[in-house]
Amino acid sequence: MSTSTDWWTLAVIFGLAGVSVLTRCFFFILDRPWGLPDWAHRALHYAPVAALAAVIAPEIVMTQGHLITTWHDARLFAAAAGAAWYYWRGGVLGTMLVGMAVYLPLHLGLGW
Amino acid sequence: MFLSPSVRRLPQFREGARQMAPAALGIGAWGLMTGVAMVKAGLSTLESSAMTLFVYAGSSQLAAIPLFFAGAPAWVILATGFCVNLRFVVFSLHLRPYLMHMPRWRRMLNGYLTADLSYALFTGRYPIPADTPEGRAAQEAYLAGGYFMTWCAWIGMSFVGIALANLIPQSWGLAFAGVLSLVAIVCSMATSRLRVLAALIAGATAVLAYALPLRLNIVVSIGVAVLACFWLEQRLGLDPDKEDDK
Repeated sequence: MSTSTDWWTLAVIFGLAGVSVLTRCFFFILDRPWGLPDWAHRALHYAPVAALAAVIAPEIVMTQGHLITTWHDARLFAAAAGAAWYYWRGGVLGTMLVGMAVYLPLHLGLGW
Repeated sequence: MFLSPSVRRLPQFREGARQMAPAALGIGAWGLMTGVAMVKAGLSTLESSAMTLFVYAGSSQLAAIPLFFAGAPAWVILATGFCVNLRFVVFSLHLRPYLMHMPRWRRMLNGYLTADLSYALFTGRYPIPADTPEGRAAQEAYLAGGYFMTWCAWIGMSFVGIALANLIPQSWGLAFAGVLSLVAIVCSMATSRLRVLAALIAGATAVLAYALPLRLNIVVSIGVAVLACFWLEQRLGLDPDKEDDK
């Protein structure tokens, strides 16, 4: 069930490709050496983890723009199981597989 | 750059590729699930393929998907992608002395293709930038061998995922695999107490501020988390660099 291609979306995708180039090459695009201001250096410690957490939190605890009010939601248990696996064994792949192993039975079996 | 035979002929190219091979399995599997997740979230085959081929950054691809479908404006999606990719800015500072002797297009191509694992493997193998032409060529070949392997694994398996996704019903909710991989990445970045706190504050703020238009809750959350951590650093007299070593 492929949706049709949207030109605006494609343009943003090319923008994201530009962001990949910009961030990966940030300090060697220009020839002369330069550094970041101190506040920006300090922000680098927190901004990446904050950005990702801000993206995923609503995906885990909200439905249609509202905080869920039930424990009967497969996403909560899957995310908790994934995080537990990460701290036990590490690795993106294992986290995803363990999370999905919890998610699919709850979601498909119990309809959570 | 792996397109150039003079780089590929050096023994370090094969060495880099060989040492990357075990990790490439994991990258390939992650690429597979990202391919499935992109299509299941509603991107068209062409859009998903363009994402895979050009963006070439798993976490920023996955972070962009929910924003597309929440109708976020382009600048919010790009700003989120930039923040998610900020770790590469730090890597680029480290890689600068290894690459500055090259012409700009060549160092930018090398930089663009060097993602997390290639960077980690390369700087682990060569802690000090070479200062002879032979040494520099060897280092570039090793770097290229590593990212050649990750590029093939990621791109190849992402396309397999995009192809397979159309066979899987939407109701299975496989797009959630994308969120789960981001859970792992958040855990991997939450290496100090203040970073854990940054993640918690940003997550809670994103939920509380969800009603803001244009998915501005993401931008607000990053700002609130960073400022709160700055304030706590001062308050508790913490040095973030030392915190990171713990």
